Amino acid sequence: MSEHEYKPKSKVGQWFNDRLPLLTLANHLTDYPTPKNLNYWWTFGGILTFCLITQIVTGLTLAMHYIAHADMAFESVEHIMRDVNYGWLIRYIHANGASMFFLAVYIHIFRSLFYGSYKSPREIIWILGIIIYLLMMAAAFMGYVLPWGQMSFWGATVITNLFSAIPLVGEGIVTWLWGGYSVDNPTLTRFFTLHYLIPFLILGLVVLHIWALHVPGNNNPVGIDIKKPSKDTVPFHPYIVIKDGFALLMFMIVFAFFVFYSPNILGHADNYIEANPMVTPAHIVPEWYLLPFYAILRSVPDKLLGVVAMLSAILILAVLPWLDTSKIRSAVFRPLYRQFYWILVADVLILGYVGAMPAEGLYLLIARVATAYYFLHFLVILPILGFKEKTIPIPLSITEPVLGGNPNLAMAKQKESKIE
Amino acid sequence: MSEKKTKRRDFLFTATTAVGAVGAAAVVWPMIDQMNPDASVKALASTEVDVSSVNPGNTITVLWRGKPVFIRRRTQDEIDEARSVKMEDLIHPEKDEDRAKNPEWLVMLGVCTHLGCVPLNDKGDYNGWFCPCHGSHYDTSGRIRKGPAPWNMEIPKYEFVNANTIKIG
Repeated sequence: MSEHEYKPKSKVGQWFNDRLPLLTLANHLTDYPTPKNLNYWWTFGGILTFCLITQIVTGLTLAMHYIAHADMAFESVEHIMRDVNYGWLIRYIHANGASMFFLAVYIHIFRSLFYGSYKSPREIIWILGIIIYLLMMAAAFMGYVLPWGQMSFWGATVITNLFSAIPLVGEGIVTWLWGGYSVDNPTLTRFFTLHYLIPFLILGLVVLHIWALHVPGNNNPVGIDIKKPSKDTVPFHPYIVIKDGFALLMFMIVFAFFVFYSPNILGHADNYIEANPMVTPAHIVPEWYLLPFYAILRSVPDKLLGVVAMLSAILILAVLPWLDTSKIRSAVFRPLYRQFYWILVADVLILGYVGAMPAEGLYLLIARVATAYYFLHFLVILPILGFKEKTIPIPLSITEPVLGGNPNLAMAKQKESKIE
Repeated sequence: MSEKKTKRRDFLFTATTAVGAVGAAAVVWPMIDQMNPDASVKALASTEVDVSSVNPGNTITVLWRGKPVFIRRRTQDEIDEARSVKMEDLIHPEKDEDRAKNPEWLVMLGVCTHLGCVPLNDKGDYNGWFCPCHGSHYDTSGRIRKGPAPWNMEIPKYEFVNANTIKIG
């Protein structure tokens, strides 16, 4: 793992490490050379690890009180809220934790998009990340079903019905997913099982994600390859640990605000009504973090094509390293890409907004334009841009722009001189 | 090793893999099939409904296999409207005569064929049903006329046990 041989100081440590080199691993993680110019957008990996652990710990404790049965699930959640000691707190952390998890993962993904972190040699890290993201959506969706409220029930009905769009076998698959002829108790029990399983799958993939990261090392805001360890790097501990820790504290303030001051603002009031298979709520909306994809689904008037468009919108990300033909990683040196990047950010936010609105009139039109642009960005603009764009010369090292020579990073220079 | 002659070892390797794959598939199938509807779910196959109290122009909704079933006693206007539609105007062409054997009674699954929501009665552009989830409009025969749903609302298997009782399933 480490380039240099590590030898524990104590005799016991040596004896143990010869048999199971855990201390070598720990040493690798603390000494791990990290680019010294990482900014705060790079702290979201640590924040996401925190989110995952929070969800697992609160989820385990909730599972001690929750009952996965169609007749008792709704009541058991109310029991958690009213009777279980600190049950309200644990449940609110878990429910808002899902939103916080997605908030962090979106920032993490858009950081990658801006700085070109998905490009060679980091494609596998990126693809593992996309798989983790897909699993997160599956876990969040199934978790939302567990309280067995109206939104749980109808959300489950709508999402599982997406599979019925598959020609010939679709209906059979839906019946198989349900374990019946509608969403019912068998659906609830299997969703609970899978909701319990997925976080541990994610945990395993996170280990692979970090392992794959530690092969080439971190990308950085300048986006150039660096020698490691060198003048351009600092050891992970204490430098990055402290920086990540500070960012995590800031993040936890936002987290705590939602948990303590507006724990239901991200949810839907309809989910405090017990599931009723006879009545569909007037306005079904998924959780905010799925809205852009929901907008894409609804913008296509054909059932099968709508589902295909929605899935493609996610899966297109997996082939992004090959769609983006530019050799330059960081958007700092790509003046045109930088503008298209912000248009894409706006496009996704617009999709999210219209996803929450009724699919009619002007909203539908906006959703269609935004959907078309989303695919245009990845399938047309990015491949062409790599050939056409005139990029700004990149510096030779992280330290070069700071020590002079590159007029394009005059800002960085100014900042540095202020510190001196 | 460079020669392409098949050896005893190649045969054994292929045979072992093949038998192993068949064995694995045989074990995997029960794991997959256990998720299909079980015997107790299948046992709830039919339900009988007393419709004597339903007046013309009214709809009752009953639960069958966990799904709502609309039973509508149609007015003459609704029947005429449903039967006068030209087949070429339909997204999923089906004659009203085939959907409602007894024209006064329309019995169908109250499940939108788009993504499974329950459409609302007496709503939409065709005086039939309207699905609030993604905006599908159905006519007085429960046929899809406008919106993302691909098919007409499904007609379950049902029969009149006597003048006032419908058996669904």
